[in-house]
Amino acid sequence: MKVIVMGCGRVGARIASVMDHNGHNVTVIDTDSRAFRRLPADFAGDTIIGTGIDEDVLRSAGIDEATAFIAVTNGDNRNIMAAQVARLIFEVPEVVCRIYDPVREDTYRRLGLTTVCPTTSISAVILDHVIHADNAVVHRGGGG
Amino acid sequence: MYIIVVGGGKVGFYLTQTLLADGHEVLLIERDAEKAERFVDTFGAVVVAGDGAEAATLMNAGAARADVAIAVTGEDEDNLVICQMAKQKFHIERTIARVNNPKNEHLFRLLGIDVTVSQTNYILNLIEQAIPERSFVHLLSLRHADLAIVDAKVAGSSMVAHRAIGEIELPVNTVIAAIARGPHLIVPTPATELLPGDDIIAVAHRDQEDALRRLLIAG
Repeated sequence: MKVIVMGCGRVGARIASVMDHNGHNVTVIDTDSRAFRRLPADFAGDTIIGTGIDEDVLRSAGIDEATAFIAVTNGDNRNIMAAQVARLIFEVPEVVCRIYDPVREDTYRRLGLTTVCPTTSISAVILDHVIHADNAVVHRGGGG
Repeated sequence: MYIIVVGGGKVGFYLTQTLLADGHEVLLIERDAEKAERFVDTFGAVVVAGDGAEAATLMNAGAARADVAIAVTGEDEDNLVICQMAKQKFHIERTIARVNNPKNEHLFRLLGIDVTVSQTNYILNLIEQAIPERSFVHLLSLRHADLAIVDAKVAGSSMVAHRAIGEIELPVNTVIAAIARGPHLIVPTPATELLPGDDIIAVAHRDQEDALRRLLIAG
């Protein structure tokens, strides 16, 4: 399938390279050409310099044929705007949007976007570890 | 009225000043804390530092009782999200966004922003109107009805020169609203004859603007 990844940070570059390895047709968009250095040397997909909130940039990235659009720049608002453009204007079937701010994430999820909030999911993982450790201490304390 | 303005650039500054002078209750939200502090010196305690797209900032700003939210930062994605958050989360009735890139005007409307103001388009229009001998000028867009008000100057070579309005086949959804002939305003009737040099003020559906342009300008 045809996938567009907006934002070539650590997450964007990783998603792009995994999808590429799995044989998908991947295009990565970033405003900074240096960001593409994060892609592996054997990356076979396309790279485009530009902002994903520009309809013309999205068109040249092939959004008309895209099955999936993934917005993972560092800007919540940029991801939100690009995801809405992809979903509502270009009707891309699968659109995923990263939003760091949990309140904003909640709001846009309710509006129908598929969202990922690293803040809540990573906190949950860490808390889980901490609580586990705490339980273990209690357990050990109780046993000794 | 209680109005929240987000973005303390030149537009936000003068907007706040004007709205306060008009007697409205205004709160200006500016991201840069130092800038916000300077604004407090000018406007008093109607300025807060914060991110206007963040719910906590809007909540502290009393967004729940605001009548209007106006986003005038220099970034379109911020203005969009500020207005959408204001509407979705705080149910602010009217949202107005500045559009920096004219390409986004159409998009903002699709995404539910009530009013968009494109500085670039606005300045372009004003300059167009100021260029002498421009034969067809878009004066105003009436957004809700998708209508445009245009000013067309009748050329001597035009097909419509020296013809009565009743004889001219106008594109659908267009109407000639007024004719300015020198200093005189003429309210048109089907019998009114168009003369070279007349300024025709017409209302047209956006889709018909080009057809009207071709009819009135082409020889």
